[in-house]
This record gives sequence, structure tokens and C-alpha cells, in this order.
Amino acid sequence: MMEGDRVAFKLSTPGVLPKSERKLREEFLSQLELVPGGEKIKSCIQCGTCTGSCPVSYVMDISPREVIARFRIGDIESILKSRTIWVCASCYACTTRCPSGIRITDILYAMKRTAIEEGIFPSRFPVYTMSEGFVKNVNRYGRNHEMGLLVSFYLRTSPLKLLKMLPLGWRLFKRKRISFTPMKIKRLDQIKSIVAKAESQVMPSEKASIMVASTVGYGSTTEVKQRAAGAAQGGAK
Amino acid sequence: MKYLYYPGCSLESTGKPYDVSVRTVFKLLGFELEEIADWNCCGATAYMSVKETVALSISARVLALAEKIGGEIIAPCSSCYTILSKTNRDLKANPELEELVKEALDAGGLTYNGTVSVRHPLDVLVNDIGIELITAKAVRSLHGLKTANYYGCQLVRPEKGFDDREFPTSMDNLFASLGAENVYFPAKVRCCGGMLMTTFTEVGLKLNHDILQRAKENAADVILTTCPMCHINLEGYQSEINKKFHTNFNMPIVYFTQLLGWALGAGMEEVGMELNLIPIEHRVVGGVVTR
Repeated sequence: MMEGDRVAFKLSTPGVLPKSERKLREEFLSQLELVPGGEKIKSCIQCGTCTGSCPVSYVMDISPREVIARFRIGDIESILKSRTIWVCASCYACTTRCPSGIRITDILYAMKRTAIEEGIFPSRFPVYTMSEGFVKNVNRYGRNHEMGLLVSFYLRTSPLKLLKMLPLGWRLFKRKRISFTPMKIKRLDQIKSIVAKAESQVMPSEKASIMVASTVGYGSTTEVKQRAAGAAQGGAK
Repeated sequence: MKYLYYPGCSLESTGKPYDVSVRTVFKLLGFELEEIADWNCCGATAYMSVKETVALSISARVLALAEKIGGEIIAPCSSCYTILSKTNRDLKANPELEELVKEALDAGGLTYNGTVSVRHPLDVLVNDIGIELITAKAVRSLHGLKTANYYGCQLVRPEKGFDDREFPTSMDNLFASLGAENVYFPAKVRCCGGMLMTTFTEVGLKLNHDILQRAKENAADVILTTCPMCHINLEGYQSEINKKFHTNFNMPIVYFTQLLGWALGAGMEEVGMELNLIPIEHRVVGGVVTR
């Protein structure tokens, strides 16, 4: 689980994004649009406060600071393939302390969504399996059924671990802290129509066809859009 | 102001002691909690990794239900608290997103106008009801009990809420006024790892080991928690931590409302104390002067 070396960085022509990278960048920037203040990623001063504050940076292959550095040089692919985005526990220590006000946790979320969207993660990957199971659970019952979620999670990732969990399960069961039957809400139909509607929606950023500069840099979507509209001064920066 | 109770999914199962004790505490203080009828899961952090509009719509349903009744939401689970607050904030910050969520809610025959505030019971107890009233109503003193007050991460972050994000003190003030001794506890806002305990077990065990270690080396009798996730991680995995790190922790992990309810005169079972895995009883009953 914990193996995996640092992801090698490869950029063929300095200053120019490979095609695959451009696509990922496009996807990520559209996700970043949803992060309030996502633009602030530009003002990173690479001080490393985020990495120093992170309780799990010791198991990350790319540190939070490096995530931004890599994004800056046009290397999203290695971030998406890293363990970093999955191991973040969203404790927001980095976001709280960032002197530039960058919402690093939310940026990692945007990365995670991009990776899911692009299907970049190993099959039966624990974090994704967990999220997926959780979502299914909630869509089915309206509430999360803790035991159901954990049992199906372990069955799909490592059934052996399920056996290891039995003693704890028993101790909780004796104290009535485990329920075998899921609590179903009454207006499940309501949830279903809300979810169905939300799923069919086009996200704000998906509306406009997003163009991303093919050169290395930040190239936010709003900027590119503005430039396309001819609002900006001529010449690419 | 009416308080609308949103227990959240965890409080129905592993977090049962929290549910029981929150209800007891508010009852003893003379405040009525109305449970939001037919509430649904807030979506939690797991949902945030999938499509954002879906995640926001799900939690917006809870807000919409609350708005219809009228009042403030009390969400004891830190994750629910964070997610519901985040939904409020994001909808305000992004009108386009708000429009989409409104449409989605409309499909279910609901509306939400953004008027509901989301509160954590610790906030309400300390800032609305007030420490003065609580100490006046207390019938037992916690004198002699050393508590490590653990706030965890999502209660105080990311946004500046009712307490400091790096060095919160509300729980410390509350229990100090009830006679307990707050031990020095540098891990008070460290992260317990949440679901990492399941997805990256090694990491989860280490994070929780560190928190337990800080409490133990400062001679705490008990760790007080504010979140069902922190609670189950610190409590349920202690034996596994002991095995892995060759330690011998036997630290009771108690919801802050359990101890508060007890100080307010509730019986052990009224605050769900017997539902905890590591008993605290002998320490409280033995070391504390009852009035």
C-alpha cells in the first residue's frame, strides 16, 4: 500500500505543454473554478508552511508545496498519479496557515475530482472504493449505513481485514453501537429526484468551452476566457 | 431561538453515546431540541470527491427542511457541521452554483433561501447558554479530574468560526469552570485522520497514537471529544495502537457532552457512559467530590 517511488517528472519541450497535459490542465482548471478563491494559487511563495503543517505529509510522495510547484511547471499528470491527493484527510491545517490564503485542501479536492473524472487511479483503490460505496449507500437509503458501508468496503478491498475488524465490531455490537439494518428515510423519492436533477446539471465552468493556454504557467480559465473575448491586452503573458 | 437537532448518521450507530448525551444535556439545561424530521446524510467528505453540485444539493436538502421549520441547526458531528456550513458558504459565494442547487431542490419540491445558520453544540453551550448558567446548574464538581480537551480539526477549521483555529479554548473554559483540570495538550487540534483509519490504516494508527501519547504524557485521565469520527478512532483502535507501537494506553475517550451531562446531575446511563468501550466510571466517581 505504501510503496511507490516519486513520480518521475517528464516534460519534453521546455515551456510547452504536451497534449495529454493540456487536457488534464483543462479538466483541472474547470474543477478549480468551483473553489472560491481558486485563483490565489498564483500567489504561492513556495514557503512550505503547508507541508510543515500537514500531519500526513510524511507519507505523501509529492508534498503539498510541491503540488503547486508542479502545477506551475505544467506537470499535473504526476500529481494526479500521486498518493498525495488520496491521503489528504482534509484537516485544513495547511489552508488555515497559508500566508498567501491559498485553499490548498480544496485544491487537492479539485485534483481528486479531476483524477476520478479522468479515471486515473488503481482499480479497487481504497479511497475511491470508499467514496463510491458511501455515495451508493446514501442514494439508496438517504442516510449512511456505517456497518453496511464498512463490510462492503472490506469485501471489495481486503476481506482479511474484515476478520480483523470482528473483535471491535463485537464490542460495539454489545453496546448497541452497530445497527444491522439501514435507516431509510421516508422521502427517498425526494432525494432521488434531487440527485437525478443535480447529476444532469452542467457545472458553471462546463458551460463555456474552456480554452487553456498551451504554454506553461497558470492560465486560469477566466483569464483565458477574457482574452478570448478580446477584453485583455494583446499578447500572451 | 429554536434549536433544530441534526444528529447525522454516525450518531445513530457508533456515535450513540454522543446522541444520548447531547439530548440529555439540553434537556437538563431547559432547552428544547427539535429533531429535523426525515433528515438525510449531509454527504460528508466522501461525497465532496464526486460531483460537487450533487454533494451540495444533498446537504442543501437538510438546510431546506430546517428553513421550513425555522430555527438554527445544531450539528454535533464535526463533519456534518463542516459540510453544512460549507454548503451555506459556497452557495453564498457562488450565485451560479446556488442557482443550480435551487433547481435541484426544486425537483424535489423544496426551496432554500440561505437563512439557516449551522451551529455546533459546543458553540451553543458556551456562547448562547453560557458557562455561567451551566456552572449554576451543575450539581457535581469535576474537581480532581484531569481532562485533555480534544477539538480535532473540522470543528475549528477551515473558516474562523466560534473559536480560534489553532488554539481553541471554549471547551477548556467550560470544564475548568466545572472544576476539572485542563492538562497541557498540544494535540488539541491535530487531525485524527478520519476515514484514513479505514483507507490508509497505517497512517490512521500513527496519527491517533500521537494524540494519545500527548494526552498520556501530560497525565490526562480522559480525552474529551467533540466528533464521532475522532471518538471511534481514538477509542476503538487503542488496542491495535498498543500492539503496533508497544504502548499500553487505556485512555477513556468520552464525548464532552457525556461528562457535562454527568456534572449537570444526569446518571451514567442517561449520558450513555456504559456505551463507551473504555470505562471512565471509577475515575470520575472515585476522584470527584459529589455535592
